[in-house]
Amino acid sequence: MTQTTPSTPEAPLAVEMRGIVKRFPGVLANDHVDFELRAGEIHALLGENGAGKSTLMNVLAGLYRQEAGIIKVKGNPVEFYSPRDAIKSGIGMVHQHFMLVPSQTVTENVLLGLDDPRFFMRLPEYDAKVAAVGERFGLKVDPRAKIWQLSVGEQQRVELLKMLYRGANVLIMDEPTAVLAPQEIDGLFDILRSMISQGKSVIFISHKLHEVTAIADRVSVLRRGVATASGVPSKGATRQELARLMVGRDVIFALDKKPGNPGNLVLDVQDVYAENDKGLPALRGLSLNVRAGEIVGVAGVAGNGQSELSQVITGLRKCKQGEVKLAGDLVSNRNTLFGIQHGMAYVPEDRNHVGSAPNLSVTDNVIMKKYRQPPISRAGFLDMGAATKLAKELKDAYDIIVPSVTTPVRLLSGGNLQRVILAREISGLPSFMVAVQPTRGLDVGAIEGVHRLLLAQREAGAAVLLISEELEELLSLSDRVYVIYEGKIMGEVKVGGVEPDESLIEMIGLMMTGTPLDQIHKEGVGANG
Amino acid sequence: MDAIIILQAGVATGTVLLFATIGEIFAERSGVLNLGVEGMMLIGAMTAFSTTIATGNPWVGVLAAMFAAGLISQIHAFITITLQADQVVSGLALTFLGTGISLVLGEGLSKAGTVSLLPNFSIPLLSQIPFLGPILFTKQSVMVYIGYLLVPLTWYYINRTRPGLNLRSVGEYPSAADSLGISVFRLRYFYVFVGGMLAGLAGATISLAVAPGWFSELTTAGQGWIAVGLVIFAQWDPVRAMFGSYAFGALRRLILDIQGPTLLLGFDNPFYYNPYWGFFLQMLPYAFTVIVLVIGSREAMRKRLGAPAALGNPYVRGERGK
Repeated sequence: MTQTTPSTPEAPLAVEMRGIVKRFPGVLANDHVDFELRAGEIHALLGENGAGKSTLMNVLAGLYRQEAGIIKVKGNPVEFYSPRDAIKSGIGMVHQHFMLVPSQTVTENVLLGLDDPRFFMRLPEYDAKVAAVGERFGLKVDPRAKIWQLSVGEQQRVELLKMLYRGANVLIMDEPTAVLAPQEIDGLFDILRSMISQGKSVIFISHKLHEVTAIADRVSVLRRGVATASGVPSKGATRQELARLMVGRDVIFALDKKPGNPGNLVLDVQDVYAENDKGLPALRGLSLNVRAGEIVGVAGVAGNGQSELSQVITGLRKCKQGEVKLAGDLVSNRNTLFGIQHGMAYVPEDRNHVGSAPNLSVTDNVIMKKYRQPPISRAGFLDMGAATKLAKELKDAYDIIVPSVTTPVRLLSGGNLQRVILAREISGLPSFMVAVQPTRGLDVGAIEGVHRLLLAQREAGAAVLLISEELEELLSLSDRVYVIYEGKIMGEVKVGGVEPDESLIEMIGLMMTGTPLDQIHKEGVGANG
Repeated sequence: MDAIIILQAGVATGTVLLFATIGEIFAERSGVLNLGVEGMMLIGAMTAFSTTIATGNPWVGVLAAMFAAGLISQIHAFITITLQADQVVSGLALTFLGTGISLVLGEGLSKAGTVSLLPNFSIPLLSQIPFLGPILFTKQSVMVYIGYLLVPLTWYYINRTRPGLNLRSVGEYPSAADSLGISVFRLRYFYVFVGGMLAGLAGATISLAVAPGWFSELTTAGQGWIAVGLVIFAQWDPVRAMFGSYAFGALRRLILDIQGPTLLLGFDNPFYYNPYWGFFLQMLPYAFTVIVLVIGSREAMRKRLGAPAALGNPYVRGERGK
């Protein structure tokens, strides 16, 4: 990993934020935070989910108004009432969820909200201008392409292009690597370095320590709205130190994973085809299998058919062709109840709407799969006493922090809600579980808890299919990892040791961007690395 | 039963649907579903007719109709954009309100006698084109010709101009538009107003040109609903809306005509001898509308048809995530 050329310590300040306070109902998101950005540096802003990083940067980008504190750009105090004001001062933000209109072209998206051209769009003329700006900063995209046709990495470049076209000097990137494959991340880092070399400054929001040490010149850390480090040179900092600043305690990086002992074939997905909501092919001849007592990961960049795969397996989506068997029984294109009765558990991606009923109580949510059977069902009626008893037992067993089991689950934090869902699914003693993005949006402590529960399932002899976009999570939990790309499996790799080696990651990365495994073997790893 | 006469009348009747459909396309492209088209059309038809009686000038009637219907559309805009209420419920309420107001204010208008109507004329040269000339350019109302101009202008405006780009962005991804300084609220209010004005124009086209007079709620007879269905059928595209509107106009006319002659293609005409068959035919456009609306209300199907992504969702500027 190469270090960027560090800016001289005396480089002038591009941005200075002093004593920023921002409150949301019930939360002090930023508590007198100071932040400094030097001209020509990449400055990482590190923190857990909910630490206030995005809030601080949204204040700088003009999306939120601070309640106290001042912002100076190049030494001059500024007042931002909208993102438009911020961009006029040369500050542009690339959000985690891209602010691009999918049905429109790259040029249309870049020109949106500008004054030139005034009325008639004369797109061919402006296509050329947009392409020229892209050329200058090494951002290759076809200006006439529609956004929905572009990969996530390309869309990110369009977002950068949008800001650069407006003359932004300070670029704020909100968790830019969360959606990218490893090779795309390298590409992004190259782009960021090329922008720095042309005098721009970059703020890089992240919670991934290795990226921060790889790209940033300096690091600032936020924890619960308070700056615990500001402007520390990233060269000297270790991962452990940064993690402690971020979390407030020592973090164990390695999980206690016992050697696997795979048993009988449990899930068998054979040559499955399915469509997405738009009626376009999402799964195209996908096959995979999971054995008892193993965790099998599915890696891939978001939107390559992962959601559809989990829905076909659980019976929520029709499959056009092919079949899914659970311990020999056909489960595809049958109702979900059949799967549940045959020992299937499901931890869905959307825990707020699919995984739980937000307005119902913890009790109601945990009995959702059990209300048909005794003791919850007594002669066709619900035995609420038994239900409450079960809910209380689960609450204690799974450390669900909630004032009472009658509390509606919409009031629970992400980690607690996930524990409610896991409690419901695991207490049914499943023989097979699909978990989709089970730790997305959770903080480090909650992630650790979910990982432990998944490993416990594996040890209890259940088959677990773990679909995730977090490569680190997949590598630390799984016994095998499949890589999905455009609805097809590109290949399968065994995950052996505790520390996965670089070539394995590179191989997975190549598959995530569409190179099948046999081709990688043919050409040799590292051919284009 | 001359095909040319049916098609000619179909284009005239279809012009009413065309105005209302294009108006609704504007509103929906900005992200606001307005089911109040029927009510706004009635307001327009009544206002046009009564203003023309009072002033003697049908053009004043047309302008008054557009203004009145535009004004009443702003109730829907306020409820759905500012108060962020459910667009379906508010739109239905607007239809009831518009129908009620126009029936009360229009009471007795049907006995008002003759008024000066919007002119009909033929276009020299163009009317000489074989087949198309007599259908499109002969003795048609001025409104029909305005309709011809409106379609390409609307298409160009939506797809090739900056205001059109802003309109599409607000309906597809309002937070993206907002992040670049485009006022989602202001644009949505504006396009709901435009939708109202065009519904008013559709109403005026009925009462001052296509089927002159005021026949209380039968003046529009549910054409506002057909327009709402046509928007989905047209996949929010003005050119497709034109074909749909004229086809439905011709169908309406055909249904009227088919109940006339005793012989149809050499057979006894069942629609003449049995009035219930006629009712069945008259029901068809509405049945179509119901089916299209049911299909269009399915989220997955809407995505497939290419509905504006934010259609039906009030815009709330994001606080905390999302």
